[in-house]
Amino acid sequence: MITIHQLTKQFGPVTAVDRVSLTVNGGELFGFIGPDGAGKTTLLRMVNSLMLPTSGEVSLWGLNPVTDYKQVRTMIGYMPGKFSLYLDLTVEENLQFFASVFGTTVAENYHLIADIYSHIELFKHRKAGQLSGGMKQKLALSCALIHKPRLLILDEPTTGVDAVSRGEFWEMLRKLKHSGITILVSTPYMDEAALCDRVALMQNGNVLQVDTPIGITQGFTRPLFAIRTQHRHEALQSLRGWEYVHKVYPYGETLHYIDHRQGVTVDDIEAYLSVCGIAHQGVQRVAPGIEDRFMELMDG
Amino acid sequence: MRTLLFLIQKEFLQIFRNKVLLRLMLVLPVVQLIVLVNAATLDMKDNCVIIVDQDGTSMSQGLISKFNASPFFRVLDITPELEPAMKRFRGERIDAILVIPHRMEKDYHRSGSSSVQLLTNAINSTRAQLTYSYTQALVNDYNGQIGIAQSSVTGSPVRVNASWRYWFNPELNYKYYMLPGILVILVTIIGMFMAAINLVREKEMGTLEQINVTPVRRSQFITAKLVPFWMIGMFELALGLIIGKLLYHIPFEGSLVVLFLFAGVYLVAMLALGLLISTSVQTQQQVLFMSYFFLLIFIMMSGLFTPVENMPDWGQAFNRINPLYYFIETMRRVLLKGSGFADILPLLAGVGAIALVALPLAIYSYKKTN
Repeated sequence: MITIHQLTKQFGPVTAVDRVSLTVNGGELFGFIGPDGAGKTTLLRMVNSLMLPTSGEVSLWGLNPVTDYKQVRTMIGYMPGKFSLYLDLTVEENLQFFASVFGTTVAENYHLIADIYSHIELFKHRKAGQLSGGMKQKLALSCALIHKPRLLILDEPTTGVDAVSRGEFWEMLRKLKHSGITILVSTPYMDEAALCDRVALMQNGNVLQVDTPIGITQGFTRPLFAIRTQHRHEALQSLRGWEYVHKVYPYGETLHYIDHRQGVTVDDIEAYLSVCGIAHQGVQRVAPGIEDRFMELMDG
Repeated sequence: MRTLLFLIQKEFLQIFRNKVLLRLMLVLPVVQLIVLVNAATLDMKDNCVIIVDQDGTSMSQGLISKFNASPFFRVLDITPELEPAMKRFRGERIDAILVIPHRMEKDYHRSGSSSVQLLTNAINSTRAQLTYSYTQALVNDYNGQIGIAQSSVTGSPVRVNASWRYWFNPELNYKYYMLPGILVILVTIIGMFMAAINLVREKEMGTLEQINVTPVRRSQFITAKLVPFWMIGMFELALGLIIGKLLYHIPFEGSLVVLFLFAGVYLVAMLALGLLISTSVQTQQQVLFMSYFFLLIFIMMSGLFTPVENMPDWGQAFNRINPLYYFIETMRRVLLKGSGFADILPLLAGVGAIALVALPLAIYSYKKTN
């Protein structure tokens, strides 16, 4: 079990992580979700022993990364946000190197990475620098897993990776979870939050909420509507001026509109839009996503 | 121990994969030793001189013929007037004017001595001094000649002449003096720069972040960075010595074992300094600039070009912490003088002390956590 208690990191006047406390259960796939600069990387670096906290502490199954860093480093696998394997070594050499510095061999733990490594085994004599983004990511994950870590820490593993590879990657994480590895993953993508067991929503160094993805969306109780229109800017302006508006913001190709009133219907909104003279391709009541909840929490 | 071997193996894999670097390591020493040793010479030839012969006697003619015969001097002009010679001295690149005064022969016969005047161009003071020495030698030589001629006629006593011999480099071959020094710089640059840049590159690429989270110990990591470049440095030294032997017939008076033993300790000191710099900076640009800064000071003060004994006291004191000074001194002593282990022991102790301080410092200043 991982407990983080009042963890704080200050860089001069900037507080990157501000009194964060949370608990992650063993075997959980736990996500830190938040925009760039929310403090996700700093938090993960304090957990994995690379950074000393200003105050507060972390306990990894009773081990403190500050004092027990030697043991901690043998039991975690870390994948930094920036690809950080040796570009001039081949796929196979990278894997062997990281196995050897952890005092193990590729053969010993091959079963752990077989699923992932099989995707890139064909290119094992290719230099890591010549791999595509998705393949680099699979290699990095293999290298982080090769010493059979108890805890896997992934810092924005899917940033800059195409949608298909992202899907594959999350599939791999789910499988890894079944082999009993605890996984901490950070991501700026709200849609990935739904794939975690539990998530922490982060902003400006603070954790806004910790819950299951469903629990988080259930916290969102107001009626939510998606509006499809080609005049998004005008629609946004008009809706913001409406007396019943709680919040309206662009969401993908649509606008998400939240009303004050509980009993409001699609017809009410369509009527208002036609009064304002804004053509639209449909208004729909939709179930809130994590991003909607996040937008709400962000404003306090 | 096994981890260390794996780390070293990885370094070698990366070094040998870098074909450009490999080629440079082989070509650079050869080119540098060929170009620099030949270029950085203080041997002088063709010093341009104008002789103002105001005497015009057989004695002055005899002196002039001495200058004409010498390979060090090129007599551009012989004129009876000083003024035109001075005019050319100011306008052209002329190293010296020799003035043979009126009545030189007459004075000599009357009083037994006479003098000539030498005006040298001292923009380059070394060259001016050498011109002076060469002239002195020529005039002395000529003195001897006419002395003998005189004594055979008059029967006066033969004068006593001091003669000299240069030990350890009898022909004053400047290449013997320069080659060991240039070789030291070569070995240093290749070793120190490559190790320092290599470590900072890991910082820049982000690979250090991945290493930092492994159980690899700081001492193991720094040692693994040091060993490959230590071996490359030793290889470069051997290569340089072979070139020196083949191209310049540099003498190996002393024991090569002693030389390589010293080089081994020296390289540890220098590589540790390089790694110390690279652990305290963030980019390759910074490490290059910092190493260059220190190396330039080390080289200029090392006694490569100017004798250390001529430096002010603080300069000589500084050289106690200058690894290059120790190594250049040792190279010259062992190669030219044949100094043995006991003779260079104080130098070895000096460079050993630097190594003993720099290496732990480099390990300590490399932080896995920040």
